[in-house]
This record gives sequence, C-alpha cells and structure tokens, in this order.
Amino acid sequence: MLSLYMSFCYLCNCMILIKQVKSLLYKEILLEWRSKYAFNGILLYVISTVFVCYLSFKTTPPLVWNALFWIILLFAAINAIAKSFMQESKGRLLYYYTIASPQAIIISKIIYNILLMMIMSAIAFLAYQIVFQNAVANLGLYLIAVLLGSISFSTVFTMISAIASKAGNNGTLMAILSFPVIIPLLMLIIKLSKNAMDGLDNSVSYDEIGVLCLINIVVIAVSLLLFPYLWRD
Amino acid sequence: MMYKNWWKVLSVILVLFSVTGGLLIDVPALPILHESIRNLYYHVPMWFAMIIIYLVSVIYSIKYLGSGKENDDLITVESVNTGIIFGFLGLGTGMIWANFTWGAPWPNDPKLNGSAIATLMYLAYIILRGSIDEEQKRAKISAIYNIFAFPIMVVLIFVLPRLTDSLHPGNGGNPGFGAYDLDSNMRYVFYPAVLGWILVATWIMTIRFRIRIIENKNNQIQ
Repeated sequence: MLSLYMSFCYLCNCMILIKQVKSLLYKEILLEWRSKYAFNGILLYVISTVFVCYLSFKTTPPLVWNALFWIILLFAAINAIAKSFMQESKGRLLYYYTIASPQAIIISKIIYNILLMMIMSAIAFLAYQIVFQNAVANLGLYLIAVLLGSISFSTVFTMISAIASKAGNNGTLMAILSFPVIIPLLMLIIKLSKNAMDGLDNSVSYDEIGVLCLINIVVIAVSLLLFPYLWRD
Repeated sequence: MMYKNWWKVLSVILVLFSVTGGLLIDVPALPILHESIRNLYYHVPMWFAMIIIYLVSVIYSIKYLGSGKENDDLITVESVNTGIIFGFLGLGTGMIWANFTWGAPWPNDPKLNGSAIATLMYLAYIILRGSIDEEQKRAKISAIYNIFAFPIMVVLIFVLPRLTDSLHPGNGGNPGFGAYDLDSNMRYVFYPAVLGWILVATWIMTIRFRIRIIENKNNQIQ
C-alpha cells in the first residue's frame, strides 16, 4: 500500500515537474520572441564570422574547413549560452525560486538552449556551405554531427553559465571554465564530422556517437544533481 | 604517534626503494626504449598520484556540499593544488621520455593532450576560486565546478585515448605494459613506486591543509 502511494507521489512529482518545465520553456521562448535580441544578435555574429573567415581563407583544405566550422560554432555557442543566466535579474531569480523547482529551471534552460543552438547551427551550416562550397561526402552523418554538437554545447555551457553567473557575471570566466570541459567533446565531434566529410561508412562512427550520447547523459544528470546546490544562495 | 604516522614512514621507505632500485635493478633490454624504460618508475607513478589526489578532491567536494564544513573545502583546494604539481611533474618526466623514445617532447598523442587539458581544467578551478570573495560562496561554487568537471576529465584521460591511436602502451591497439615487457623484476619496483608516490602526494596535501588551518587561525581577529 505504502509503495503504491510512494509511486503515486513520484508520478505526481514528475507531472508537476513536466508542467513547470513546459511553462518555463514557454516563458523563455516568449521572451525571446518579443525581443529577438539574443537570436538575431547571435545569428549576425555567426554570419559575419563565416564571412570574415571566407574573406581571409577564400578556399580551404577539408581539414581546415571542418575545424573552422566548429570553432565558429564554439564561439557562437559560448556567446549565446553565456546570456542564459546572466540576463536574469536577482529579483526574477528569487521569484522563480518560489514557484518552480530547481530541476525544472535547469531542464527548461537546457531544452531552450538546445533549440536555440540547433536552429543557429543549421543556419550557420547552410551559410558556411554556400559561401565555402566544400563537398561533404556523407551529408546525413554530418548533420547528425551538427545536431550532436549543438546538443553537447548546450548541455555543457548551460551549467557552466550558471556557475559563471554566480561568480560575478564575467565573460572571461565563462570562457576559461568552459574550454577545458568542452574540448574532449569537441575532439569527438570534429572526429565524427571528419568521418562524415570523408564519406566513411556510418558504422565507423558508432563509437563516437555512442560516447557523445553517453557524455551528454552524464552531463545532464550531474547538472540535475548539482544545480539545486548552486541555486540556493 | 607511530600508529598514526606509519604510512608516512612507509611512503619514505617505498619512494627511497623505488628511486634507488629504479636506477640499479636490472631491466629488460628492449629496442627503442633501452635504458629509458627506467623512467617508468618515475613517470607513471606521477599520474597515479595525480588521479588519486584529484579523486580525493572530488570526494571532499561532494562532502562539502553535504556538510558545509570549511575543512572539507580546504582539503579539496589543497588536493587540487597538489594534483596540479604532480600533473606538471608527470608532463615534465613524460616530455623527457618522449624526447628520447618518440623523437619529440610533444608528439601529437591523445594522452598528452588530454592530461594537458585536465591540468587546464584545474587551473580554471583555481581562477574560479580567485574570482569570488565571499568564503562560503567560493567554497560552494568551486565544489560544484569540481564535481561537474570530473566525469569529463575521466572521459578525457581514460576513454578518448582508447578511441584514437596513441603512442602510449595499452591504447589504440597497443598492448599494455603488463602484456610483454613489464617482467617480474620491474613489477617489484613499479608497484612500490606507485604506492609510495600516492602516499607522498597525500602527505604533501595534509601538510598544506594543516598550514592553511594555521594561517586561517592567524588571520582571525582576536
């Protein structure tokens, strides 16, 4: 009887959590939709970086092409996601604290950042392809790499931005803290997308895809565990 | 006194034994490696000590989040400081070894790059600590970063080198040391060296921790 009650409670909590995540996510998207500041700003950032790279490189060998694309996305992601906690005022954070659980807040931020990064990297990839014109042999796999890349950037940087925002809203700190953490993921992603460029068989890349998914799950789990401690002030 | 400090005596004995034994005891004659194989006794234990002492720091970070005791935080930060020292020692000994056997002090090897990045991660931890003034907040936030970064460091050092080609034994299809060239003579020196250096690292950490406590006491307003 007790266990039934417990499982019912658990289910109930899950429902509440999902509801909170939904409304917080809705709020994030609505705020963004009203101002379009972050999205447009980052979009312009990406496009102009692509263009600067094009003007300075003209044509690139495939290895450089691939690395350059990921470096552009890396900096765009840091700039985009650094805002996710820094734009929140202290009063608003206090308000969230009273109405939502910390898990709901971090999950909604992560989902929002994943959506933002996915749209951004898709546009960046398109612009990059048009300007640079480089044949990607296995386009499907490359798009999977872009998708996994934007998910990995979002999961890692959301938590780091939460940490950095507690340590005094400092852009340098965000970069210092996130680079060592993202480099292993970036190495895997670059390897995966290089495989896609060379047109290797999909089965060659299963190792990288598996490890990337695993790291993302671990990062999300650790974020869920740690964010409640970070949250309380 | 002795029942508390036996491990310090043990560490001194083990390290002295492995340092002298490493230079004197016979090693198998192998191509390329030749006598430089003796560096195994000095290079590899540094990494073992580093990993263990970083593990200690993460355990105490978790403990700090649970307890909120200042001492747990001090152990964490001193473990990280000691770990960074051992990380640099490992990189240094490794670079000397690589220069003689692989032809360059910094060959493009995933283990080298991985350990350099792990060192960056802990240097970032130190910078993060420096950027926050309030003591409890500093302890809490740096503990969170430490725990967050650790699983990724584990992936970096243990998983990635196995996915890519590495010059190190035991990675990328290379057989591990134990497979053919770590003969029994070498084991007698290698295992004591590992244990000895781990104990020395712990000893350094505890000394630094106690210095911190004394400093904190001195800095308090009477």
